[in-house]
This record gives sequence, structure tokens and C-alpha cells, in this order.
Amino acid sequence: MATFKDFRNNVKPNWCPGCGDFSVQAAIQRAAANVGLEPENLAVVSGIGCSGRISGYINSYGFHGIHGRSLPIAQGVKMANRDLTVIASGGDGDGFAIGMGHTIHAIRRNVNITYIVMDNQIYGLTKGQTSPRSAAGFKTKSTPQGSIEQAISPMEMALTAGATFVAQSFSTDLKDLTAIIEAGIKHDGFSLINVFSPCVTYNKVNTYDWFKENLTKLSDVEGYDNSSRELAMQTLMKHNGLVTGLIYQDTERKSYQELLSGYSETPLSQADLELDQAHFDKLAAEFM
Amino acid sequence: MINQLSWKVGGQQGEGIESTGEIFSIALNRLGYYLYGYRHFSSRIKGGHTNNKIRVSTSQVRSISDDLDILVAFDQETIDLNYKELHDKGIMIADAKFDPKQPEDTNAALFAVPFTEIATELGTSLMKNMVAVGATCAVLNLDIKVFEEVVQEIFGRKGQQVVDKNMEAIQAGFDFMKEKLSDDVELMELEKADGLKRLFMIGNDAIALGALAGGCRFMAAYPITPASEIMEYLIKKLPALGGSVIQTEDEIAAVTMAIGANYAGVRALTASAGPGLSLKMEAIGLSGITETPLVIVDTQRGGPSTGLPTKQEQSDLMAMIYGTHGEIPKIVLAPSTVQEAFYDTAEAFNLAEEYQCPVIVLSDLQLSLGKQTVEPLDFSKVEIRRGKLVAEELPEIENKGYFKRFEVTEDGVSPRVIPGMKNGIHHVTGVEHDETGKPSESAANRNAQMDKRFRKIENIKFNTPVHKNAPHEDADLLIVGFNSTRGAIEESMSRLEQDGIKVNHAQVRLIHPFPTDEILPLVKSAKKIAVVENNATGQLANIMKMNVGHAEKVHKLLKYDGNPFLPHEIHTKCKELF
Repeated sequence: MATFKDFRNNVKPNWCPGCGDFSVQAAIQRAAANVGLEPENLAVVSGIGCSGRISGYINSYGFHGIHGRSLPIAQGVKMANRDLTVIASGGDGDGFAIGMGHTIHAIRRNVNITYIVMDNQIYGLTKGQTSPRSAAGFKTKSTPQGSIEQAISPMEMALTAGATFVAQSFSTDLKDLTAIIEAGIKHDGFSLINVFSPCVTYNKVNTYDWFKENLTKLSDVEGYDNSSRELAMQTLMKHNGLVTGLIYQDTERKSYQELLSGYSETPLSQADLELDQAHFDKLAAEFM
Repeated sequence: MINQLSWKVGGQQGEGIESTGEIFSIALNRLGYYLYGYRHFSSRIKGGHTNNKIRVSTSQVRSISDDLDILVAFDQETIDLNYKELHDKGIMIADAKFDPKQPEDTNAALFAVPFTEIATELGTSLMKNMVAVGATCAVLNLDIKVFEEVVQEIFGRKGQQVVDKNMEAIQAGFDFMKEKLSDDVELMELEKADGLKRLFMIGNDAIALGALAGGCRFMAAYPITPASEIMEYLIKKLPALGGSVIQTEDEIAAVTMAIGANYAGVRALTASAGPGLSLKMEAIGLSGITETPLVIVDTQRGGPSTGLPTKQEQSDLMAMIYGTHGEIPKIVLAPSTVQEAFYDTAEAFNLAEEYQCPVIVLSDLQLSLGKQTVEPLDFSKVEIRRGKLVAEELPEIENKGYFKRFEVTEDGVSPRVIPGMKNGIHHVTGVEHDETGKPSESAANRNAQMDKRFRKIENIKFNTPVHKNAPHEDADLLIVGFNSTRGAIEESMSRLEQDGIKVNHAQVRLIHPFPTDEILPLVKSAKKIAVVENNATGQLANIMKMNVGHAEKVHKLLKYDGNPFLPHEIHTKCKELF
């Protein structure tokens, strides 16, 4: 059986020393091993940005696509081979700016994949511009007077879009993050995991220390029940979204694949491509 | 007796004009006639003038006819907009309900038949279309029995009474019209057809059926005119094969989902029209640089922007060849008949896998939506070829090395493994990469990978890259076109021959890489070249000049008003060249 070391490759990440994404990479590798995957049965699809490079740093099948489109690519991969474990990943710009349309629709479609967002509240690879997760007033190269736009609340957004698995974590908490990714992989449906993954180079506000000070663990919230959407919404609003843990899970609703009529129970990628003559003749006769 | 008839039915959109044409044409197709139907419609659900012009012939026709024999009108607007197409002995059959007025400058006869009144008396005004069909039969001296089968199929599930009522409506229309026809009105009796069973389908039907036959098992698409029929057909048919169609949130999701599915080993399709293709362009580049097979259908319509969304145009050609930033190998096919649309779509999936690049199947509104009689499709001609897809077990790679998915090979095509395969792990990225898929910016690697990718399409193997009809060794004129202009060109050709002009014809089916070797001899042996296309800038003509040269011979014959070419237009304009 594969261990987390089997999910390491020999590529050295080009992230800055201290970047939160290193822990996300390690957590994915550990979670993959913990759920019993072999490297060839995992496909990591990523977008563009610093975090988008992650698909190249894990020893698995990896697809580094175009900006904002990791989710439709990942859903296509999963539709083609339902036996693969598919993880889509990228940054907050990738998922909540250019790719937001896909994020909302992937949530409501509920294809059985896991989406991990490395949320650093800034555009790092383009050297420090505001992101849809930057707080109002946040000063960057593109908002020298401070951002006058409201930050997106991805967890609340996910809940209203009909998400079946919503979780948030902090990249320094490797144990918690690994457990959440494991739960996300095991969830039968679309799982959204937002990970606070600080940018040590361009974000001098939302630092490791800032998160430590401001984050609340849901396990410390008395009476929290992650099967209640109402409670999830209330708690998120109360804490301004700064909570970690499994926020909400709906174990009742079936995944897209389960609901899809006629969908092959074996991987579509192994389907016989030849139609038989009788089948073709029947199709053609409908046009006579 | 006549061997060809042109019939048009028109009225307000949403009035059942389409179904009137449908019933009329299916019945005649089953008698063995060749049909060609073209709908004029607007981008709205109800209201607005719509018409369906149907040509019936004892031999293959693939063009709208120049004139009109019978016009069936459900409103005055239909008469006013269309009567000029009628020839002197043409007939207008109009619903008496709107008190039809005879236009002054036509000799065509007007008959007012109470379509609505007769139908209402029989039970419901909805059957006015049937009354009109019956009235037409009287002019054609056609036994209304030929409609029994079709009426049964359409209304059978509503019960025998509905079937009987509809047949009664046809009979009543027939009887009323027969009574009205005086001896000096010439009946338009068609010569008997051969009675052979043939398919009757629109290009989009053939594209969708071709995709199924070609092994497509997944489609991701966003609704758009005139491409939606492709997804609607596959939504009905793919579940029986274990596959599915996802209607995505947008065009970009559609193409990238198809890329993901192809990457993971399924033959996947996306289809759209110009606006969608514009949005898909970045992703087409991704397919190119990641060497992920991808089949995309572009059903061209009037552009730019929303343009003329329900009208004919062929203005996406350059965008399909050169679209996407940067440079990628790409294959662009342009079938010119419904048959070709079937075979080319099926073959596109082979080419996409063999050359590991995007393949665009170019269609246009006239081909995609025009309904034509099709000789039986030969399914045995459809092959499944998967190129260098690795099926056998792979040896272990030492030190966690990656599989050389982008190995530099002589023909440029690298072995391809799909996720799930042991020892095949590699990386795929839209960043320039080395043989294993790891990002690399080195100049030597860039050259090696670019050269490798372009080597793939140096020698594309494609059966019949140009449809040629070249009876003359030395021609006065070579007519060149692509997609649906073929029918009108063929008809104009025989007229030009009657005028004593020696004409060769080339319809380009493999648009890119351009089949220069195939066309060059025809270009050399012709005194003049007319490139016929539905766009304003002469895109195919320019591509011809670029690839084949002989620019001094090339004349652009263009039409971009939203309507397909009529044979007489090509005939007249070609004659003007001499």
C-alpha cells in the first residue's frame, strides 16, 4: 500500500520559503495515502497562480490547466473515469474571481470531486494585486488607496449554492487539514475546502500570526452541528467567516453521478467505442 | 409532369409552420423524392415571419431553388414578403381568414382557402396546417393517402380519433381546393419517384450521429443557435451507451470539461457557434499545447458578436484556423453535405487521437439546419483508430521519473497514457514543458517541443481533402467553396456549361492544413477562379492566395446578407467574369 512518501515526486516547488502551500501539498499527500490510494489513481487538476503549480508537485496524474478552469477540467476527468480520485485546486483568484462561475456551478452540480482552494487573499504570482478575498481597505499595487470592494465570503456562498460539503482549514494545522481533505475525498459529492494559506511575500496583513489570533476552531464552538445549514450560516456570520473545521456536510443528497440516468457504472474511459451494426441501423431508421 | 417542385409555407412563428413543412416533406421523402428544406426564422419564440421552403425533386438537390411554384400563406405578410419568388404560373394558397390580397405585379394565381374555418368546423383550428397540406395535394394531384403513415406517427399517441380528424382535415383541404381549381390552372404533377427509402436529416443530426458512430461518449455544451440540436440528440442517445451530456454553465466550462474528459480517455465533444467559439479559444490553445485530443463543432452563423444569430454566414473560417493566441497544430474539417458531416465528425475523433490535437468540424447554418435527403450512410466506413494510445502494461520508471508523455519522436506524435494507468504518471501543463510534462523554459526545449508538435500535422492523412468535380483539363473557370455552398455551386455549374463556359469545381473539405497539392493543379489549369463564400472579406479566397498563389486569377464571389446563395446568383456573377 502506498504511503505519503509515494505521493512525493522529485520536483522542487518554486514557492517562496514559508509559503502556506507547502503544507497543503503535504496534507494532500498524506490524505491520499491515508484513504488508501495508489498514485496512479489520483488526478490533481490545478489552475493558474502560485498554488496552481501544486499538480506538478505531487506524484500522481496531474493536469495544470488554464486560469480559473480547474473545476470544469476536473469534472470532465471524473466523468470520464469515475474510479479516479479527482482533486481540483488553485488559489482564491482562480476559484473566486476568474473561475467563480465554475465554482458555484460545480457546487450545485455535485460531481464527486474535491476542490481545495489555497486562500491567501492576494494575487501572488503577478506580484501583489487585490483578490476577491482581500478585505475592504486592503492596500495593494492595484488598490493603492485601499480596496473599496467587498470581500467574497466563499463558505456562505457555497452554502447558498447548495453545497454538500463545506470545510475550512489553516495551512499550519497539518493534522486538521489532512483529516479534512480525507473527509472531503470520502464524501460522495462535491467537497469544497478553503484553506487559509498565507502569502509571506505580498500579504503583510493576513499573516500566520493574524490567522492564529483571529481563527476559531469549530470544535471549540459549543453545540456546533455540521449537519445544520442554518447553524453553519449563523456561525460563519458571527465569526466573519474565520472558522476552521467541517462547516457543513449533507450526507443524504446523492452525487451527480449517482443521479445521472444511464451513466456507466464502470469507467467511461474503458467503454467499447464500437457501435454494433444493429444499433446503428436503429438510430439511422429514425431519420427515415 | 414535372421533375421538380418548390413549395413554401409561411406565417407567424409559433403557428405550426415548421410542422406543416415537416409533415409534407417526410411523406414525400418516403415516396422516394429527394428533398431540401430550408427554414427562414427569427431569434424569438413566437411572432415574426417564418417560412419553410421545401424543394422536391426526382434527383439529389442541395440548394434552395431560385423560384417558387407554390406559396402557402397563413398571413398577408407571407404573401408580401415572398410572392416575388413565384414564377408566372405559380400558385398562392392563402387562408381565407385574413382576406388575402393579390399583389399587383405578379401573374401567379391566388386561391383563398378557409384553412382556419374548415379546421375549426372539424374540431380545432390547430388543424389548419393539415387543411393547407390537403390543398397543396390537390394542386399536385397527389393522393392524400401518402400522409396516413406520417399522421399516424405524429398523432397516434393522442388516439385514433385525433389521427382520423387530421386526415379528415387533409381531405377537406384537398376537396375544397380541387373544386376551386379551374381547367386553365395547370396542375403540378410530379413524376413518380423511385420509392427507395432514404434518410431525411439536418446537418446537425448527421454530426450528432457521426459522433456516436465515431465513439463519442461524452459531450459538454452550452445551448446556442444553430448548434443545440447536436447536444439535444446526444442527450437522448448517450445514456443507452453509458455516456452523458452535461449542459455547462458557460462555453468555457463546456470546452474545458471536454478537454478533461478526453485527457482521461473518453472521446468527448463540444459544439457551439461563433460566439461560443470565441470564448473557447484559450482552451483550444490548451488542448494544442497539452496535446489533448479534442473535437469541437462550430456551426457558423452571422457574426460578429450576436450578429445575425439565425442566418447563414461563413465568417468564422480564419478564426477557426488561426484562433487561439500562440501557435498550435490544429485540424479544421468542412463537410459540404449531410453525408460528409456524418463521416467527417466520426473521423474527427480518430484524427484528434492520432494527431493529439484539436480538430474543428466546421459547419454553417445552412448545412446544420437545412434538411436534406441523404443516401444511406455506410456504417462500415466508420473506423475507430486511437493512434498512439498505450494499452499495454508499462515498465516501472526508476526514481519516480515521469512517463515521457511528450517524447520527441520522428512523426511528432508521442505515446499517450491516460490517468489510472500504472507507471504512466506524468504531468500535463499549458506551460511549455519537457518530454515528461515538467515546465521548462529552455530555448532548446522550446524548439524541440514546438517542432515536435508541428511535425504532427505535416502529413495529415485524410480521405478526400477536396471534393472535386473537374471534367475539364483546361477550364475557363474553377469555382471553389466550402461547407453548404456546394449545392448552389453545382447547379450554377451546369448552367454555366450550357452557356459554353468550361467549369471545374473544388469544394474544400480539409480546410487546415490546407490541401495545396490537391488544389494547385486545378488552379493552374483554370483561366479564372471564383471563390464562393458567405462572408464579406473573402476568407477562403485569401487562404487560397496564401497557400496556392496565383492571386491574379482569384475572384471573390461574396454574399453576407444572411441568406444562402441561390444558384442563379452564382451563375450570373460567374458569367460576369467573362
